[in-house]
Amino acid sequence: MGLLTDIKDSITRVTERLFSASEPKRIGIYGPPNAGKTTLANRIARDWTGDAVGPESHVPHETRRARRKENVSIERNGRTVTIDIVDTPGVTTKVDYKEFLEHDMEKDDAVRRSREATEGVAEAMHWLREDVDGVIYVLDSTTDPFTQVNTMLIGIIESRDLPVLIFANKIDLEESNVQRIANAFPQHETVPLSALEGENMDEVYDKIAEYFG
Amino acid sequence: MPEATSTDAKDDGVQIDLISGERMDSLRSMEKIRLILDAVREGNIVILEEGLSPDEESKLIEVTMSEISPDEFNGIEIETYPRSQAGDKSFLGRLMGRESTKKLTVIGPANQIQTLHKDENLISALVSRK
Repeated sequence: MGLLTDIKDSITRVTERLFSASEPKRIGIYGPPNAGKTTLANRIARDWTGDAVGPESHVPHETRRARRKENVSIERNGRTVTIDIVDTPGVTTKVDYKEFLEHDMEKDDAVRRSREATEGVAEAMHWLREDVDGVIYVLDSTTDPFTQVNTMLIGIIESRDLPVLIFANKIDLEESNVQRIANAFPQHETVPLSALEGENMDEVYDKIAEYFG
Repeated sequence: MPEATSTDAKDDGVQIDLISGERMDSLRSMEKIRLILDAVREGNIVILEEGLSPDEESKLIEVTMSEISPDEFNGIEIETYPRSQAGDKSFLGRLMGRESTKKLTVIGPANQIQTLHKDENLISALVSRK
């Protein structure tokens, strides 16, 4: 009886290991607020599953909870790479509810939104420390990438030895400057794209398959 | 932080706490974060001789978020020099556990400190009273 139990336990362990090795990797989409993280998450999810991940908005901190889209299977060069996408709230070191008042919000709504935003940022940091296997770092290529939040987050990602791709988003806008991002983080690969317009998505999927497959 | 100035003097200026690497080395991660946030919430500017580790920076953001309160505390402004790429690529250094994360770091209340300029060698900030 003991021998049978031992064999059963052994088979269970091997099976669990096999399945865990083939489990989809959780890829966190990180970046500062308004970089286009949810637009990108929706673009990827719609292209490969037909569903969206969450609502997009020009108002900062629209995403205030990490949202997960599981089993997104991306086909590249005859093989399939399956990942779970985790769309995270934009990371910042400060949240002032008064900024939301500029977007035609009542004070109560603005205060509630700021409180949810702070909880969302804390949740995003927790995911980064504990629960993601790789990172897509999204930056708005029309803005200066040399910010403290970007420096710190890239440093945190590097310290955890997570594979990371930097996506220079919003290349459809005239002020876009992809080279500035490539210069800011020369140790990582920078991929230009417009998640909104769907520009350069072939390269985006090639790189996702290469880095996270 | 020990009181270095009288209340009257503090009303006229901004207290700056320069904390040595040696002092921070003797503290655990959460003690460092508490030391920084307690000072910043009092309206002080904190300058760390040797900065924080990436993991401590991550926890600092998380704890800061949990303490933000409307009309009381909007969070922090933090600035460090960007890490030099040469340092990052020192594979041998990383392998030997000698990767240096030491970098002067300035932290203050978000509504009192504004970064004017930052590059690899210079951080220029404007500090205002409450």
